[in-house]
Amino acid sequence: MTAAPAAGATAASALDPAPVLEVRDLVVRYGSGRRARNAPPAIDGVSFDIAPGETLGVVGESGSGKSTIGKAVLGLQPATSGTVTLHGQDITAMSLKQRSRLVADLRVVFQDPYSSLNPARTIGQTLVEPLALMGIKGVAALAKARAGLEAVGLPGDAADRYPSQFSGGQRQRIAIARALVCDPKVVVLDEPVSALDLSTQAQVLNLLADLRDQRGLAFMFIAHDLGVVRFLAQRTVVLYRGQIMETGPVEAVNSRPRHPYTVALTAAAPVPRPAEQAARRAAREALGVGTAGAAQPAATGCPFVPRCPLATDICVAERPPLRLVEGTYAACHHAERVPQL
Amino acid sequence: MSVLPLPDMDGAAADEVATEPVPPSRRRGLPQLLRRPGSGLGVAWLVFLVIASFTAPLWRPYEVDEQDLAHRLEGPSGAHWLGTDPNGRDILSRIFTAGAEPLLVSTLTVLVAFGIGIPLALMAAQRGRRTEQVTSRLTEIVMALPSTILLLAVIGVIGIKIYLVMGILGVLISAVVYRIMLGVAQSVRQRLYVDAARVNGLGSLAVNLRHVLPGMATVIAVQAAQLFGIALLIQSGLAFLGFGPAEPQPSWGVMIQTASQHIYDAPWLMVPTGLVLALTVVAVNELADAIAGKVTAERVVPRRRSRVVASSTAAPADPDAVLEVRDLSVAVDGGPQLVTGVSFALRPGRVLGLVGESGCGKTMTARALLGLLPDGVSVSGGSILWQGRELVGLPDSRLNDVRGREIAMISQEPMVALDPMFSVAYQLIQPIRRLRGVGRAEARKIAAELLTSVGIVDAERVLKTYPHQLSGGMAQRVCIALALTGKPKLLIADEPTTALDVTVQAEILSLLRALVRDTGLSVVIVSHDLGVVADICDDVAVMYAGEVVESGSVAAVLDDPAHPYTMALLGANPHVPDGEPVPRRLASIAGTVPPPGSWPTGCRFAARCQFAQEQCTVPFVPFPAHGDGRATGSVRCIRVEELARAHVTWDADDVGAVVLVGADPLEPADETAPTAGVRS
Repeated sequence: MTAAPAAGATAASALDPAPVLEVRDLVVRYGSGRRARNAPPAIDGVSFDIAPGETLGVVGESGSGKSTIGKAVLGLQPATSGTVTLHGQDITAMSLKQRSRLVADLRVVFQDPYSSLNPARTIGQTLVEPLALMGIKGVAALAKARAGLEAVGLPGDAADRYPSQFSGGQRQRIAIARALVCDPKVVVLDEPVSALDLSTQAQVLNLLADLRDQRGLAFMFIAHDLGVVRFLAQRTVVLYRGQIMETGPVEAVNSRPRHPYTVALTAAAPVPRPAEQAARRAAREALGVGTAGAAQPAATGCPFVPRCPLATDICVAERPPLRLVEGTYAACHHAERVPQL
Repeated sequence: MSVLPLPDMDGAAADEVATEPVPPSRRRGLPQLLRRPGSGLGVAWLVFLVIASFTAPLWRPYEVDEQDLAHRLEGPSGAHWLGTDPNGRDILSRIFTAGAEPLLVSTLTVLVAFGIGIPLALMAAQRGRRTEQVTSRLTEIVMALPSTILLLAVIGVIGIKIYLVMGILGVLISAVVYRIMLGVAQSVRQRLYVDAARVNGLGSLAVNLRHVLPGMATVIAVQAAQLFGIALLIQSGLAFLGFGPAEPQPSWGVMIQTASQHIYDAPWLMVPTGLVLALTVVAVNELADAIAGKVTAERVVPRRRSRVVASSTAAPADPDAVLEVRDLSVAVDGGPQLVTGVSFALRPGRVLGLVGESGCGKTMTARALLGLLPDGVSVSGGSILWQGRELVGLPDSRLNDVRGREIAMISQEPMVALDPMFSVAYQLIQPIRRLRGVGRAEARKIAAELLTSVGIVDAERVLKTYPHQLSGGMAQRVCIALALTGKPKLLIADEPTTALDVTVQAEILSLLRALVRDTGLSVVIVSHDLGVVADICDDVAVMYAGEVVESGSVAAVLDDPAHPYTMALLGANPHVPDGEPVPRRLASIAGTVPPPGSWPTGCRFAARCQFAQEQCTVPFVPFPAHGDGRATGSVRCIRVEELARAHVTWDADDVGAVVLVGADPLEPADETAPTAGVRS
């Protein structure tokens, strides 16, 4: 995304000039060899900042690359190009081991509460593990682990039990406790509530909001659900096929989207009020957004062209840069003409 | 309120903690494994053999070379419990004296094979493709070597050094171990806790030892037990061929070889040694089976479909209803109830939503309509009237006339519902020919029409594809087409859009709505998403802990919920309408859904309800609600009138204390007005 304005596109929070996490022009390709070079990259030139205490929502459909960004930030997936900077320190090419020595500030909570805890180890062992790597051992580590469990609303003696003795929501709390036990500054939340029931999801979202406000945590919150993102995040990034379609304050993006894809996403999320949902449905059907996966977009143009009701020749020929349109940054040649819901 | 939800905060903010549902889960480890008679006996035999073999010099009645030429080739007797061999030597003494070496040697083989195979596999799984290709090619070369010939050649060069020979066998087998373990290690590495440990900065050795290896333990144990048995047989085979310990040292192979020479004049001779060897190998394999089947073995519930007689004889309450379910109960055979007293009616062309959290019995209810309950679960009472015909108690053969033709089903995972081995055309044409009795060409035409009717534009191309070539949304469309082959009047859709993206979900819901509008199809849709229910349903039944707690028209229930559980579900939904501010906190429900078998009497939601009082523990019948003249619903809350008068809402901040049943209420018990979230 060569034409993207380098700093402006990230819409950094004006309040805090020093972001805790900076991602610049990130490109990630899967695989190796000629075929991988010719295939479109999973992440294609993505840039954003996260300020301390801020939550950035990363939204998109499956295959949009949102989880890949999280993996690249964490170092679980090598970046092809671009940089990831934590506290002004370039960590893009650092191995996971180097990272743990230099920056204990980046942690993760995964989507699946069942496979994210080792069934053969007690909760205490799971929580103490990252502390031991930081040099906190023995009784001090165990006390910290218990305090961590209590902070997520679980009894401290849960440390002696195995993951199989906990429900999905409780496991997700344990995963959060593991991420927070060594006081990180940035936590990547990779769909942390998608696998949970509605009432449990609400508990975990409330907990995350509380912990963030108390400890000034910065969250990179990956989700497919705009409603959930709207609850937790201050700013949002909307991804499509590895590229940012729109980014800005979450309320602005939600209430007045400037990209046809954002409009389609917002309109498709159902609300539990029959009358309003009927109106939304009508609006969505009037929008005329095409079916997903219909055709491959041209490499030179906007990736959303095959589904876009507003697409014209310029959209096929030229990839639109992210530009400021009344409060949000949208990558659309026709951002001014995007219909309102 | 941004205070931490501490456990001592009224027990309410601690959400799930207070109720602490930790069930007495299966205990891990051996004891449970030994409950199977086969494996119990196997382990007992192995323990006995090991002890007897290694202590043989201490207790054996005769020395191994002690000859009693007066009693040659004798059967069992008081002096020689297992008889004597051609040289008059005591077989009992010789068998167990011979046992120590094969046990040790086989253990060595297993240790060598796994000592090489597992570290290689772990390394290859960790380092990725390049390393894996190199190690895999190397192991392929090793596997290509003819191991028997190699072993004989080694013996020819170095002589009969059985430990060395079997060690070399271990090296050869390590290639096979590597191939098996590589696959396991790669799949364990996919698990998220391995990623989490790596993010924590754990070194690769520690990651492998703590997180990857324990995940492979079951496979390792099974493979090791099997390999042990194989090594035992190979070693005895070598001794049989003369590559074993020299006489007079006893060995099982030589003893069997001797016995085979006397098979006609002294057949007994074969029995003790053969039995010990066979028993040992069988015992080891039993043990392997027991380890492998540890999880699945206890699920075996005898299939016993109790024949239930439909309990209702009364005329249908709603004459227009195409489907009427009355007091339906579903239970595990000889176990707890899963669904109790569920009643609803469905008119032609209407869509009914069954909504609730997981574990509330929505799917069981939907599956009961088709008689498609899992093994060991059956309808235990009530009636399902389909077009005036009773389906409960109908034999499978008669139900088959209804399934597919009159009632069809689509499931949550379209990719699982389609067979990856067959093309879409094949999977559609088969049922069309069966259900509509048409020829192949005609069926293909109908298949294309069906695909077009579910919104697939290039039907001819899609017919030729295989399921893996389809996107999730496309696959669900094909599944819907498949469900429509028998021109059903009722479609049961179990979470049809849960696995799909929101934009695709919206398309599938639009498709279902169009089908209902154009064909008069009735739909029962199971969903956990109130938004989906609001989008497509006409009526809704909210389920909690196996019963319907609130039902009625969608507009009535969702816009003006009467039951606290419905209020709570709506409050927990973060999707707010445009123009409304996002709540600072979402409503949540303390605790979890109680599992079947531990439902309280009275209101099953009482223990988690913000408005629960003493009276809620008393059994009661549901009250009629949401009456709008035509359709009526019901609500299962004894305080419904009271709550409605006070205009309560489910409060997000958990201000109202949870009045635990039996515990001291934090508010006076005679409090009449609801305590929480009163709208002023």
